Amino acid sequence: MAGAASWSFSESDFKQIQQHLLAFLRDSNARCALLVDRAGQLVATAGETPQFDATAFASLTAADFSANDQLAKMIGEHEFASLVHQGEKESMFLADVAKRVILVVLFDQRATLGLVKLKAKGAVEKLNKVFADMFNRVGAGPTAPEKGVLEGAEDEIDKLFG
Amino acid sequence: MSMINYASREINCKLVYYGPGLGGKTTNLEHIYSKVSPNTRGKMISLATETERTLFFDFLPVDLGTIRGFKTRFHLYTVPGQVYYNASRKLILKGVDGLVFVGDSQIERMEANVESMQNLYDNMSEYGYDLTKIPFIIQYNKRDLPNAAPVRDLQASLNPGWPIEDGAQQKVTADPSHPGENLVEKVNNQWIGRAPYLEAVAVRGDGVFDTLKTVSKLVLKTLS
Repeated sequence: MAGAASWSFSESDFKQIQQHLLAFLRDSNARCALLVDRAGQLVATAGETPQFDATAFASLTAADFSANDQLAKMIGEHEFASLVHQGEKESMFLADVAKRVILVVLFDQRATLGLVKLKAKGAVEKLNKVFADMFNRVGAGPTAPEKGVLEGAEDEIDKLFG
Repeated sequence: MSMINYASREINCKLVYYGPGLGGKTTNLEHIYSKVSPNTRGKMISLATETERTLFFDFLPVDLGTIRGFKTRFHLYTVPGQVYYNASRKLILKGVDGLVFVGDSQIERMEANVESMQNLYDNMSEYGYDLTKIPFIIQYNKRDLPNAAPVRDLQASLNPGWPIEDGAQQKVTADPSHPGENLVEKVNNQWIGRAPYLEAVAVRGDGVFDTLKTVSKLVLKTLS
């Protein structure tokens, strides 16, 4: 596709991502971790199940991160690789992963921002590696693995629209 | 940036409604929101000003159903149409899989349409996306108004066609929605391609779902 690069991940990628997120949650005492791609789609969640609309949350997160990226450039920074939104009880920490995905951490008073930041750094490094391997493996093009998924599915596509 | 999640067996695609201010982009989404069963759509998020002008974007996720065992979900976005919101408008285009340009048919809005279309080309090319190669359709909205320009004039201004250099694509392709018209044809010895277009009256819902269907099908076909 000549437009945006598409990407896909396998079940083993997904398991690795889950393992890293769960280890991070255990070490940091944070409640929940979400991975959201830069286009606003939810990639993975770990920890407590969010009690809010996760799809809407993901689209707002991507918009938030993108807007802050532009703000960074306006003040002469290359990027804000991480963001913190601190509330009275609930807080959020957001960090860039491999320039393609955003790690969102939700935490409350049981965790401290310092510990979340510290442990997130390690988690981001591990996730960077997972995503780098994933993109490298695709090699010829990021769309390669998804080719064929819908091949010959024109009838099914037509049926969806009645 | 379509995303196929093999673990949860989901396909997610991003559609963006673009166009001049007050052209009916948000109205398109509102109509879809009101007509689609709550089971198959999520919450509609609108980041708007106090006067209900879109400030950042509107967002509506819609589940289309299952194809080959994959749950297919489209994320619909609108952009703010007003010229001075370009910075935030451009952000929404990131990772777009399909585009709908909602043109305002009123003669008085012709200049705003052209400016918005140019802005779309510019913003897409800044991301390195080629508008002529991704699913892209034009909706001429407000066809019911007495001051609506003829479709032929709108086509001439907004959809005049782009040159097609690839020999494999140089074949006459009929426009399935408009008998006697072609999406690809030879004009003055030059092969040109045009975006499919539809007419709509979004406040009444006319053409809204046809538009969504047309662009969704184009997007799903790029994945096959």
